[in-house]
Amino acid sequence: MVSTALVELREVVKEFPGAGRGKPAQRAVDGVDLRVERGEIFAIIGYSGAGKSTLVRLVNALEPVTSGSVVVDGVDVTTLSERALRELRQGIGMIFQQFNLMESRTVWGNLAFPLTVAGVSKAEQQKRISELLHFVGLADKAHARVTDLSGGQKQRVGIARALATNPRLLLADEATSALDPDTTRDVLDLLAKVNRELGITILLITHEMDAVRRIAHRVAVMESGKVVESGPVLDVFTAPEHPVTRRFVSTVVDDLPPEDVVAALRETHDGRFVRLAFRDRSVRQSEAFAAFLRHDVSFELVYGGIEEVQGNSFGNLTLALTGTDAAIDAALADLDGVVPWTEVAR
Amino acid sequence: MSALASDTRLWDLQPEFWAAAGETVVMASIALVLGGLLGLGLGLGLYLTRKGGLYANRPVFWILNVVVNCFRPIPFVIFIAALQPLARDVVGTGIGIKAATFGITVAAIFGISRIAEQNLVTVSPGVIEAARAMGASRARITLTVLVPEALGPLVLGFTFAFVAIVDMTAIAGVVAGGGLGSFAQRFGFRQFDYLLMWAAILVLVAMVMVIQVAGNLLARRILRR
Repeated sequence: MVSTALVELREVVKEFPGAGRGKPAQRAVDGVDLRVERGEIFAIIGYSGAGKSTLVRLVNALEPVTSGSVVVDGVDVTTLSERALRELRQGIGMIFQQFNLMESRTVWGNLAFPLTVAGVSKAEQQKRISELLHFVGLADKAHARVTDLSGGQKQRVGIARALATNPRLLLADEATSALDPDTTRDVLDLLAKVNRELGITILLITHEMDAVRRIAHRVAVMESGKVVESGPVLDVFTAPEHPVTRRFVSTVVDDLPPEDVVAALRETHDGRFVRLAFRDRSVRQSEAFAAFLRHDVSFELVYGGIEEVQGNSFGNLTLALTGTDAAIDAALADLDGVVPWTEVAR
Repeated sequence: MSALASDTRLWDLQPEFWAAAGETVVMASIALVLGGLLGLGLGLGLYLTRKGGLYANRPVFWILNVVVNCFRPIPFVIFIAALQPLARDVVGTGIGIKAATFGITVAAIFGISRIAEQNLVTVSPGVIEAARAMGASRARITLTVLVPEALGPLVLGFTFAFVAIVDMTAIAGVVAGGGLGSFAQRFGFRQFDYLLMWAAILVLVAMVMVIQVAGNLLARRILRR
């Protein structure tokens, strides 16, 4: 079967020589298999040092792999010559956490650079740069000095520069990590627009779960050089399996109340604490609440909320239930098979 | 004070004084331009071949590093004399302004190479990486990204090096190279003509100041682009 993936990593390993003679090599990427499909936004999330920034540099071969294969658009980049790699890289855009713009050039000059590298004529450059500046909303900044721009504007220039040569793939290495929350949102919206309107596949490296929730279609979670969990973003958000994934999800979703929160709630609330996880859109919250009423159990919402991921909403509601133990057990028995529930404390 | 002024030969030696000033200008300018260019080249060699550099090459870096380290500490008054045989081969004479300029230029190359290397190191590695990610060749990155990005600090570095070059021109007398420094020594210091000596010093200070101001202005313009 012909692979449809734009990027396919197979058993990829990247080691860096140890610091000093006789020191063991550092394995930054440890046997990663990954497929990025055409047209999607694929996020790789992990803490610092998880190997995600190294991984993304293997895709455009800024770093050579130690073993394994990296196939981009049907070509194994690990076998390419330096000259062939240069041509490949002209078809892959890249943006960076620190923007990496040339301060010795104006905005215009920065955008002209990749076009000159690609051999585009001056007249064509003129046209293309105007298009790019309009696309990223910086038409009035063409001749501004890079050092006069705000962080968000710099990243917009970075994005425009990465798009200059009409790449099929955009690598975003912590592109929003140096930006404030509002600017982060603007830049993520711009990346979503790049994906939606230009059909460019994006490989998004981040440590911010909110960025994943906002624009990614699929996500892989990395820890210690390995992918520990991956799947569609909604699945990962609603049913995180690996502890690292749970920690990331808990940064944006109030899943189960942490122990200190439970202790604080105990001061003001009696009864048993039960978390209901609404995942399936066909299950109405009213069904669950009706079960409590039927058994004469009173309930109060003490923790959690409704979250939204790509148009799908799901809820994690922790309730304080008061009533006889038998009544509560009977009500919970009614919920079995309807809403997954977890007893948090009693 | 009046005795000092009346004893001076400064007024009689005016033609020689200005000729010596001209020699200093010639020696210093040639050394600054040639030493600057070749020193930048050597500095680029050091920067590019070092570990993690675009042309990382351990043996080449090692050789360049050792050569620079060996030649830089040699006191110039000895260096210029030791360079005489080479000067005869390259500029055709071991004495005079040509030989002196040759010696100053060679010393300037080694000195400026380190200054250039230090300034190149300040260029963000991320900018170099971005240029690589866009598919630019190493030569293109070196000439159209690396050097332009470092140009402001480089100009300041060259300005700084100019003071050292003027310093070296004062030693040109060792190989009969002339210049204001040796003029001040021969007609001022040795003949107790302090007014003449201070006049020469004043002109040297003025030269350095002019270059310093020009260098600062140029660097500011480049950095403000």
